[in-house]
Amino acid sequence: MQWMALDTWIVVVGALCAMSCALLGNYLVLRRMSMMGDAISHAVLPGLAAAYLLTGSRDSVTMFAGAAVVGVLTALLVQGLYRLGRLEEGAAMGVVFTSLFALGLILLRQAADHVDLDPGCVLYGAVELSPLDTIRLWGWDVPRAAIVNGATLACNALFVLLFYKELRLSSFDPALATALGINAQVMHYLLMTLVAATAVAAFESVGSILVIAMLIVPPATAYLLTRRLGVMIGLSLVLAALSALLGHLSAITVPGWFGFSDTSTAAMMAVAAGAIFSVACFAKSCYAWGRRGIERMSFSLRSVGEDVLAALYRRREAGDEAPVSAGALRAALARPGWTALALWDLARRRAVTRLPGGYALTPAGLRQAEELVRSHRLWETFLVNIAGQSPADAHGSAMRVEHVIDAAMQSELARQTGFPELDPHAKPIPRGSSSGGEP
Amino acid sequence: MGDSLTRLLFLSDYNTRVVVAGTLLFGAGAGLVGTFLLLRRRALLTDALAHATLPGIVLAFMLFAALEGGGKRLPILLVGAALSALVGMLAVVLIRRFSRLADDAALGIVLSVFFGLGMALLGMATRMETGHAAGLSSFIYGKTASMLLFDAVLIGVVALAVVLGCLLLYKEFTLLCFDSDYAAAQGWPVLLLDILLMFLVVTVTVIGLSAVGLILVVAMLVIPPSAARFWTHRLSRTLMISAAVGALSGGLGAGASALAQDLPAGAIIVLVAAALFGFSLLFGTERGLVKRAREAARLRRRIEEQHLLRAVYELLEGGKLGSAPNFPDYPLMFPPSTPKLGADPNFPGQEGVPISALLEARSWHPRQLRRAMRRATGRGLIAVLPGDACTLTTEGWNEARRVVRNHRLWELFLITHADIAPAQVDRDADRIEHVLDPDMIRKLEALLPAQTAGIPASAHELAGRGGAS
Amino acid sequence: MNAAVPLHISDLTVAYHRKPVLWDVNIALPEGKLVGLVGPNGSGKSTLLKSVLGLVPRSSGRILVYGKPATRNRALVGYVPQRETVDWDFPVSALDVVVMGLYREIGWCVPVRRRQKEKALAALETVGLAEYAHRQISQLSGGQQQRVFLARALVQDARLYLMDEPFAGVDAATEQAIIALLLELRAAGRTVLVVHHDIQTVPTYFDHVVLLNMRVVAQGPTEDVFTEENLRRTYGGKLTLLSDAAEALARRGAQRG
Repeated sequence: MQWMALDTWIVVVGALCAMSCALLGNYLVLRRMSMMGDAISHAVLPGLAAAYLLTGSRDSVTMFAGAAVVGVLTALLVQGLYRLGRLEEGAAMGVVFTSLFALGLILLRQAADHVDLDPGCVLYGAVELSPLDTIRLWGWDVPRAAIVNGATLACNALFVLLFYKELRLSSFDPALATALGINAQVMHYLLMTLVAATAVAAFESVGSILVIAMLIVPPATAYLLTRRLGVMIGLSLVLAALSALLGHLSAITVPGWFGFSDTSTAAMMAVAAGAIFSVACFAKSCYAWGRRGIERMSFSLRSVGEDVLAALYRRREAGDEAPVSAGALRAALARPGWTALALWDLARRRAVTRLPGGYALTPAGLRQAEELVRSHRLWETFLVNIAGQSPADAHGSAMRVEHVIDAAMQSELARQTGFPELDPHAKPIPRGSSSGGEP
Repeated sequence: MGDSLTRLLFLSDYNTRVVVAGTLLFGAGAGLVGTFLLLRRRALLTDALAHATLPGIVLAFMLFAALEGGGKRLPILLVGAALSALVGMLAVVLIRRFSRLADDAALGIVLSVFFGLGMALLGMATRMETGHAAGLSSFIYGKTASMLLFDAVLIGVVALAVVLGCLLLYKEFTLLCFDSDYAAAQGWPVLLLDILLMFLVVTVTVIGLSAVGLILVVAMLVIPPSAARFWTHRLSRTLMISAAVGALSGGLGAGASALAQDLPAGAIIVLVAAALFGFSLLFGTERGLVKRAREAARLRRRIEEQHLLRAVYELLEGGKLGSAPNFPDYPLMFPPSTPKLGADPNFPGQEGVPISALLEARSWHPRQLRRAMRRATGRGLIAVLPGDACTLTTEGWNEARRVVRNHRLWELFLITHADIAPAQVDRDADRIEHVLDPDMIRKLEALLPAQTAGIPASAHELAGRGGAS
Repeated sequence: MNAAVPLHISDLTVAYHRKPVLWDVNIALPEGKLVGLVGPNGSGKSTLLKSVLGLVPRSSGRILVYGKPATRNRALVGYVPQRETVDWDFPVSALDVVVMGLYREIGWCVPVRRRQKEKALAALETVGLAEYAHRQISQLSGGQQQRVFLARALVQDARLYLMDEPFAGVDAATEQAIIALLLELRAAGRTVLVVHHDIQTVPTYFDHVVLLNMRVVAQGPTEDVFTEENLRRTYGGKLTLLSDAAEALARRGAQRG
């Protein structure tokens, strides 16, 4: 592999284009209109073709005008079919963009005699060739595509900065936005126009695949990783640029592994974005599973430890203050797994001490056990007196719930059950340390 | 050109005939499957699936090109396409299951990434020495001309199988789309049914690739059923019309593209479908825009007429005859022998009301009032008197009494049963009164037992005299 | 288990996203009674019906319909879902919807025959909608739509009916029609479990009441169970501690049913 200045320009063009798409794409993903991006980037085709046919020129102004008109037209037609035709939104989109795209293909074929633009180019563009078409700017030979896409990115950034809070509000709650005097409809059409213009700017250099991919994939990846809009936008821009870099790298390296020279850079950029998404999705799921598993394990360990404390307390309550062996404890527990580990943990925390005959509660352990048994018996009382359960059912539930009752819940339970002395099984409820609120 | 046109019209070319028949059957199958897909609210799933077929097509091509030297055999490519579409569908399901992204984003991701992968593979395949990879791009835009006889027959047969599948599972799919919870409660395997439906969707998408191309094949599953919804409210007819629209656009489009070889066939087929959709949107007998516009116009005219009649009546009522004790009880059945007013000296509308007063009574535009008056005069409800005044004819009188009565019953109902301030009532009553049917009026009368006969007095100050006094 | 008990639920726990909606629910319905299932919003009433029908996965518990697991005795259960669950713009007529109640009986791939249509028409007649049989369902009023759903359940000729808020948003005429129908069902020995919202009408409509708020607060004959004390316990807000505890358990991932 040989990296040349050419390659740098290809990556720069790709990255600029990807970033300008991703910037707007954030709002499409948030508004659940991702497929609208797909629809518009297909539908601008007749706008382009008509602009060529009408003016016979390929200059940018005509193209942007054509695209803007068609972008708004698409959005209007979809809305119209949805409202007037009572079609489901997805179906309305499907009808509109396929019809427009078909029309665009025919027009393009008519225009093909005058301009060199073929449908294939529309799909995957020619980002590889973009560095060849340069403009001299401040003594530099800058590719025209870089300037066009850079300008689009600047335009989109300006739009997002200017209307940041309006866009945010109308994405999350269009009704509230309207109530506050922000015209959500206008924001919608502005956004659609910009998407169309961005699609046109990107068309020539990278083609429509990359437009659709970059509109949706980097923002969706960012959406997975964060819940804050500002972070999401920033992250999506970084991911878009990264996709461009990785895409070009893999376009010139990966085919080599299979005996090919290279392949379409734009297509590989889309694949790279997809790969990044998959990795993010997979890593996030793994992380969530792992964290949940560790939490569950530590909770189980704590539960067993608490069960041990409660068992020791109950023996003590029954008048048997002798130390208890680990084996006897294991037999007394409903879930005896990990008892040894739990005992070690309790000993480490100085809640139990190891005596010659087995384990016994320390004063600290006794306090903890009292809290626990208090929670248990209060919960039983609550279930029986307030929720109408039978005392037999209540015990099983309390065995589970006692581990999650915190101080606030415990005092609330005590208050609601009227600060009882005895639980439904006529066992005394220990006074907790935090329960001084009794009248 | 002329020669080829006649050849086409009579389908004299055997090859063309088979291609048209195959595409026609594909259109019918797509119309049927698409109807269920649309009703299951998954219209755009096809778009993602169709784009996801590309890597499969190219991989199948590359594999067989490497093995035997020539990989462009349709059945093999289609199997590759179907497998890769299934992988795409699985990806959609996985994204939905393992992330908090919404459906649309899942579809968009699969669509663009799979298509990108396909294009990247295609970029490599075109650089292969064996085979003719260039022909693969006909799967993107569709090309009926390149279809071999065998391909067309294959497409036709598979489409026929899809049609049969839809007909066999008509009942099951209906239940699935209408109320999947109920289906599950009855013990239908909803997941299996969904998979069957998606299997048919993938099949029809894949056979459509070579005719319509993968970008536009979604159109054949979405446009025909959308068009059919404008014509009927019954599912069996929706299916028939949708299949017909699909078949027509497939057949016509394939025929037309045989004429214009250099135009992409998929685009032509879709444009035919779009034209049929546009026609349905406008002229559909059930939901067509023209029909709905005419209904809306008729209602608007009726509302205008009723407003006019009520305004005249209320002005008469509020004028000097308003105090006449016999006014409210004037017989509803005015003697039919009296063709025009004037014959009966007791008729309360003898004097008529000035049009200027009418203009004041409601906030209407003079042109609007004139139009309503012209129409009411034409229908014999209103008579224009000399001196820019008008009055009610016998029929107009009866009609006005009916209208006013409905209006005031509704007003009373709103005040007594819906707790609305009398001042607001007029506007609310205005909207509903025009659509009250006899059944509802009976109910209103039952609710307001004091009002079974005669016209109740207005609940609020009438505009015509309220302002003056 | 006892094959004479129409519905026997034991230790049922159902969780959405690991947060329990129903928690150790035990219910046994007597045969041939109209049973009201009453509880505040979000107390798991609809979820209870859905778990009987196997529409939501349950974390634990056993559900028996006439002595057999509910999923194996589906033919004995008729279901009336909430009206909002379907798209009423769907292109089917009232008759088509009612015939859906017979689809299971008709079987795979076999088309609907005249005999079944007549049966469905008779069911529509019972709910007073015979003249609307061929109307598209969007052209029916809310109450009429509800009655179409009832007819669909009726045509199944089930022994146990589960109805999810059939009285929600219907006019007085429909409410009376539904009540008449319920009484008829009871006279024919059917058992009907109705999710109900309006506490005022419970004593007049139902013989038997289940008060639900995540757990069963009380169940039994209306005159014994439908007391102010029990209602206060169901609706009083004290039971929020239940959901607090459930949430705490879910957070710790310790919910094992």
